[in-house]
Amino acid sequence: MNTQNADTKKKKELTGFETPYTLKNAIVKGDIFTKLSIVIMGFGNIVRKQVIKGLLFLGMQIAYLFYMLTTGFHALSMLPSLGGKVQEEVWNEAKGIYEYTSGDNSLLILLYGVITLFLTLFFILFWITSIKSGYQAECLKKEGKQVNTFFGDIADLFNKNLHRLLLTSPIIGILTFTILPLLFMISMAFTNYSKEGEHLVLFDWVGLENFRKILSFSDSIGQEFWSVLGWTLVWAFFATFLNYFLGMILAIIINRKDTKFKSFWRFCFVLSIAVPQFVSLLVTRTMLQPKGAVNVLLMNAGIIDTAIPFFTSVLGARITVIIINLWVGIPFTMLQVTGILQNIPSELYEAAKVDGANSFVTFFKITLPYMLFITTPYLITTFTGNINNFNVIFLLSTGHPTPVGATAGKTDLLVTWLYKLTIDKQYFNIGAVVGVMTFVVLAIVSLITYRNTGSYKNEEEFS
Amino acid sequence: MMKKEKTSSLKSNRLIKNSLVHTLLAVLSAVWVFPIFWVVLTSFRAEKGSYMTTFLPKAYTLDNYIKLFTDKAVLNFPRMFMNTLIIACFSCLISSFFVLSVAYCMSRLRFKIRKSLMNVAMILGLFPGFMSMVAVYYILKGLGLSEGSMIRVALILVYSAGAGMTFYVAKGFFDTVPKALDEAAFLDGATKWQVFTKITIPLSKPIIVYTVLTAFIAPWIDFIFARVICRASAEYYTVSLGLWRMLEKEYIDNWYTAFAAGAVCISIPIAILFVFMQRFYVDGMSGSVKG
Repeated sequence: MNTQNADTKKKKELTGFETPYTLKNAIVKGDIFTKLSIVIMGFGNIVRKQVIKGLLFLGMQIAYLFYMLTTGFHALSMLPSLGGKVQEEVWNEAKGIYEYTSGDNSLLILLYGVITLFLTLFFILFWITSIKSGYQAECLKKEGKQVNTFFGDIADLFNKNLHRLLLTSPIIGILTFTILPLLFMISMAFTNYSKEGEHLVLFDWVGLENFRKILSFSDSIGQEFWSVLGWTLVWAFFATFLNYFLGMILAIIINRKDTKFKSFWRFCFVLSIAVPQFVSLLVTRTMLQPKGAVNVLLMNAGIIDTAIPFFTSVLGARITVIIINLWVGIPFTMLQVTGILQNIPSELYEAAKVDGANSFVTFFKITLPYMLFITTPYLITTFTGNINNFNVIFLLSTGHPTPVGATAGKTDLLVTWLYKLTIDKQYFNIGAVVGVMTFVVLAIVSLITYRNTGSYKNEEEFS
Repeated sequence: MMKKEKTSSLKSNRLIKNSLVHTLLAVLSAVWVFPIFWVVLTSFRAEKGSYMTTFLPKAYTLDNYIKLFTDKAVLNFPRMFMNTLIIACFSCLISSFFVLSVAYCMSRLRFKIRKSLMNVAMILGLFPGFMSMVAVYYILKGLGLSEGSMIRVALILVYSAGAGMTFYVAKGFFDTVPKALDEAAFLDGATKWQVFTKITIPLSKPIIVYTVLTAFIAPWIDFIFARVICRASAEYYTVSLGLWRMLEKEYIDNWYTAFAAGAVCISIPIAILFVFMQRFYVDGMSGSVKG
């Protein structure tokens, strides 16, 4: 039995990270003490002289049970209904005043419910770990090997288990401030939590109703969604590819052998990245107003008679944001591609020169294919970054011009619309749906392309 | 004879081409530098208000800077500056630690859930960052961090807690640190922790400087999260929030030139840090050991 166990252990270690200390083995093969740790966490460890570790497991269990008994079970039981008790005014005869009874707050119920589910999930993972740990201690003892002391465990954290030490706090951060809020928001997409119909305090689950509304062409919100989605994709396309090509051309021009003052030109362009976006974009916005600097100066110079509608007409605003985004984005591309351009083997260019190719031919036959090959992952991140490009739109046009009665402006992207829906309009449920849909769009675009790129598949190639 | 003519025509051709290129670059640089130049000019302008009729100011003054640092009644710029500085220092420490730890784990350590964690990080990156902003606000409120001076703690947490997901650049760098060094150290009996702190970290100066500076700059340029978390508590506003308010309808006439002055004050240090950081970024991209 022992040798067989050791054998399977050896075989499995060769294939990867599998160990014989699985939950199934622990439950099937473990002895009475290990089995007892299913109910009393850490029992197996305490029996095998891992007292501190065992007590830590036990302490966790007690803390979890205490939480569940005091608030957890109540929070879970309220989750299906999200509460329904309305705050009421009650006349207090003795004091002669109106008093308010405490009503339910669906938002808090939802939040506590999600947190409780979250904690429970973690408790289950922790519970599995504790059983495995008990079983491991049992096996080691049986095999006559030394069972790690508490200080041995600590020492392992700095060596064998360094990843646990280093990853714990970042993961806790991500869990509480990224994943938990995200789950909370996603669950809002299935409720009627919205200013519409006065559902700001008490709201209910409505299933897929919000998704139906957004995806249908007949609903007014649905129509807005499709038009915003269309513009978002158009915007992301132009913002990505115009920036990419023009930035690359700029980098090539600066990199030319005959260009003088290379670092001076680069400095001029990099300067615009160095200035915080909210400063440069807010200034540009004030300059381009109907009575802003640009229009006034052009009118004074007699070049135009009426103000150019930079942000007031639909087409004008759309072109303006794309062009100003060029101002923002071209220096970035220039920086990113300069290094790669210098790495293109010069033999390629020399061979092309011998064959009598001019600069256009070399660009399209050598530079562009090479760059596309290297920078596909960069292009994908830029594309998704542009779909989520909140700053440029929000600081420049704030999504305007907005048709009367609409929630989305004509230059609103999905993300800025999401911001308006939640922060300004308080249509939290629709906002959450828009967020989920943005994710779906991004996931479709990037997962397919990203997984097919070489840098993801051959991660270990250079190590 | 023929040959001479040809080279001379080539030469003049090249001259024309070069002068064209340089003019183009000059025009483009002018376009790119113009808004920055404009802000600087506005910050010294004596006339108030955001609308002007001449390109150059009619008179120059330092009053805008004086007003910015002394007029504390409505928009207290010095306090906003201190707020941001405190928040930036702390969140910079925490998030640099997070980014470097995660990047090192993903690059050097091999454990069961490594690939799945990397996929999760990629998927999370696809959600719009502030989609969960409202939820974050309620969680902070639940933790008692949404009132009074706790707002600073809340902002530090918001800027640094998610930092662990942005490990890609640093991971790429760690990937290029030669593994032979680690193996030699292991043979000498070093633990993984010792390898991380005594070998990898000292070899990774460019990427560390880059990570630290990016983290430090973030609170100065973000205003979306600050806006949602600070709400009406004006005494905890960060710089970007304050500058944004100066352009709101009720303040713009009085504060537009002071806004320009504030923008200059913030932009100069950030620009210096950025240009400095850029060098390390380029070094970081090209790997640790030069061929």
